[in-house]
Amino acid sequence: MSVTLTEKAADHVQSFLAKRGKGVGLRIGVRTSGCSGMAYKLEFADAVAADDLQFESHGVRVVVDPKSLPYVDGTELDYTREGLNEGFKFKNPNVKDQCGCGESFNI
Amino acid sequence: MALLQIAEPGQSAAPHEHRLAVGIDLGTTNSLVATVRNGMAVVLADSQGRPLLPSIVRYAPGGEVAVGFAAQAQQANDPKNTIVSVKRFMGRGVKDVAHVENAPYDFVDAPGMLQIRTRAGVKSPVEISAEILRVLRQRAELALGGDLMGAVVTVPAYFDDAQRQATKDAGKLAGLNVLRLLNEPTAAAIAYGLDNGAEGIYAVFDLGGGTFDISILKLSKGVFEVISTNGDSLLGGDDFDHRVFCWALEQAKLPPLQPRDARLLYVKAREAKEALTNHGEAPITARLSTGDFVDLALTTEMFCDMTRTLVQKTLGPVRRALRDADLTTDGIKGVVMVGGATRMPQVQRAVGEFFRCDPLNNLDPDRVVALGAAMQANVLAGNRAQGEDWLLLDVIPLSLGVETMGGLTERIIPRNSTIPAARSQEFTTFKDGQRAMSFHVVQGERELVSECRSLARFDLHGIPPMVAGAGRVRVTFQVDADGLLSVNAREKTTGAEASVTVKPSYGLTDAEIERMLRDSVEHAREDMQQRALQESRVEGERLADAVRAALESDASLLESGERAEIELRLGELEKALQGDDHRTIKRASEVLNRATEEFAARRMDAGVRRALSGQKIASLGG
Repeated sequence: MSVTLTEKAADHVQSFLAKRGKGVGLRIGVRTSGCSGMAYKLEFADAVAADDLQFESHGVRVVVDPKSLPYVDGTELDYTREGLNEGFKFKNPNVKDQCGCGESFNI
Repeated sequence: MALLQIAEPGQSAAPHEHRLAVGIDLGTTNSLVATVRNGMAVVLADSQGRPLLPSIVRYAPGGEVAVGFAAQAQQANDPKNTIVSVKRFMGRGVKDVAHVENAPYDFVDAPGMLQIRTRAGVKSPVEISAEILRVLRQRAELALGGDLMGAVVTVPAYFDDAQRQATKDAGKLAGLNVLRLLNEPTAAAIAYGLDNGAEGIYAVFDLGGGTFDISILKLSKGVFEVISTNGDSLLGGDDFDHRVFCWALEQAKLPPLQPRDARLLYVKAREAKEALTNHGEAPITARLSTGDFVDLALTTEMFCDMTRTLVQKTLGPVRRALRDADLTTDGIKGVVMVGGATRMPQVQRAVGEFFRCDPLNNLDPDRVVALGAAMQANVLAGNRAQGEDWLLLDVIPLSLGVETMGGLTERIIPRNSTIPAARSQEFTTFKDGQRAMSFHVVQGERELVSECRSLARFDLHGIPPMVAGAGRVRVTFQVDADGLLSVNAREKTTGAEASVTVKPSYGLTDAEIERMLRDSVEHAREDMQQRALQESRVEGERLADAVRAALESDASLLESGERAEIELRLGELEKALQGDDHRTIKRASEVLNRATEEFAARRMDAGVRRALSGQKIASLGG
C-alpha cells in the first residue's frame, strides 16, 4: 500500500511548503462529489490524525486518511506543465473512468 | 486530465468549482496579472515566458487590435493609432490632462472623459484599457485552466471617483468580475506581508517607467489607510535612459540620428542602465546605419553623476508627502520599493539615506503590486482557511449623510471613502427655543432625501432653549472595518447625546448601487434645481418667521406707512413661497430683507437701550 510522488512533484511540494513557512507534508484524499462520483483532495497537511497513514516519498511526507486510501492506493502524483498551465496530475491505477476534464472519477 | 493545485487544509475546491481569482496591476507603462497557486502568489507569464505586458494598444489597419509587444513594435510607425499610457486619460477630460498637446493622438472632448479618434473609430480610455485587461484575462484563463471568478485591479491611491469608476468599467467591459479596486501602495504592502500584524506607518516609494508616486500608509489591525500621497507624473526610469542616451550622443560626437538609429541607441542605453544594477561597468556598443560605430563604457560612478538630479527630484515629493501626513522620517517604520526603476543602486541608496533605514526590496519591484492584488483576490474569492485573518479593506459604495431642512441631503462621508472612516459636521438649531433635533440618516448620491435610501432616524433631546442658530450639535459618522455605521449627535453646551447604529450596505445589491449612481448622473441638473428651490424656501421661511415675530413684539417702533410696506413685502414673499420658482422666492426674500433693514436697526438700538438702562456709566467702563 502506498502513494508516491515523482521527484519533480516532490521538489515542487518541498518548495511550496518552504515558502508557506508551515506544514508537515501533503495530504491526499478523495471525497464523493462531482460529475463522476469521486474527486481528489490535495492540501497542505498542518497536522496528522491518529488513524492517518503516512508515506515518505523523495523527502516529502504524504498523509492519507484511511477511508481514502483504497481509492488512491498505488497512485503516483506528478507535476507537469501544459501550455501556460501547470500543476499536479494524479496517475491512479484504480480509476475506471473519469469525466472529460478529469477532475472527478469513478472506480 | 486537469492539473490540480495544493489547497489550504479543508479548502479543496469541489470539482468544476475552482474559485479562480487574479490580481491585475494595470500600469501606465506595463501591466501584469498574478494569482495564488499552491499557497503562493505568482505572476503569470505569456506563452513566451514574458511576465510584463506593455500597456500599449494598437488599432491595426486590418481591424485587429494588437496589445503589448506587438503594439509596441509598431508604435513609431503608427503613432496615431497606437495608444500608450492610456491610464493617464482614465476618467479625465482633455483639459485635465497635463501636456495633452504633446500626445500624438486625435482627441475628441466628450463630457466626463475624453476620447481618441483612431482608424477603428472613436475609442474611450475605458475601451482601450479593456483591451489590455482582456489580454490579461485570457492569459490567466489559459494558465489556470478555467474561467475566472473575479479579479482585483489596482489603481493609484490618488485616483478619484471618476478614475476609479472608469477602471472598474474597463474591467467589466473586458469580461472581468472586479471584486475590488485596490490602491497600488496597499497592494505592495500586502505583498510584503505587512498586513500580518505589522502595525505602524510605512512609506511606499514607487518609481515606474514614466511616473513616480510616494504614499504614506498607516496600518492598524489589518486595515490600511492611505494618509497622504504625492509624486511626479513625469518622472520615471525612462528619464534615466534618456540621460544615458544623451551622454552617449555627446561622447560619440554623433550628428542628429535617424529615428531607427536613435531607437537602437536608446535600447543600448537602457541595457547599460540595467547592467549597472549588478555590475560596476557596462558597455554601450552599436553599429549605426550611417556606418558610425559607437563603443563606450559607462561606469556606475558616471551613471550616478549624470542622474543625480533625477534621484534628488524624487525626494521633493517624499518630503511633501511626509509634511501632508504631519510626519518626519522618524515616524516611518519601513519603506517598500515598487517599480523597476527602484532597482538602481543609487535610488536604493538615496531612499535608504533619506529614511535612515534599509528599504524593503527583496520582492521583484515590477511584480510586487500584482502579487499583493492576487493575494487580496484570493481572500475575496474565499480561498483562505477559516479562522485566518481576513483583510479588512473596503470603501463605502454610496455617500452617507443626514437630512437637513427642506428635505435635502447633507453628505457627511462621501462615497468611496476607505473604511474605517469617521467624519463630523456641526449643525445649528433652526428655530428660537428649539429643544430637540431629529436626525434622518440616509445613503445615496442624490440631492433630495426622498431619492436616497433611508437608513435610520433618531432624536436628540435636552437642547437648552436658545435663539435660532445658537445651539450647536456635532454629528459624527463612524464606519468601522466591518462596514457598520454608527451616528452620534452631541449638543455642545450641555453635552446631551444620542446615537444610533446601522449597517449601511444592508440589502443594497450591486444592481441597486449601479442604478442609484446612474440616477445621480442622469438627474444631476434636476437635482440641482430642486436643491436651489429647497434652499431658497428654507431661507425665505426663516426670514418670514423672523419678520412676523418682530412685527408682533416691536410694532411700536414703526410708523404706519413703514409697517404697511413691510407687510406688503411679507405678503409677497409668502405668496412666492407657495410657488416653486427659486428665483422668485429669492427675489422676494431680498426685497423683504431690504424693506426691514431700518426696522432691524431700530430694534437693535432699542434692545441695547433696554439692556443698558439702569446701569451706571462706571460699571460699563469695565
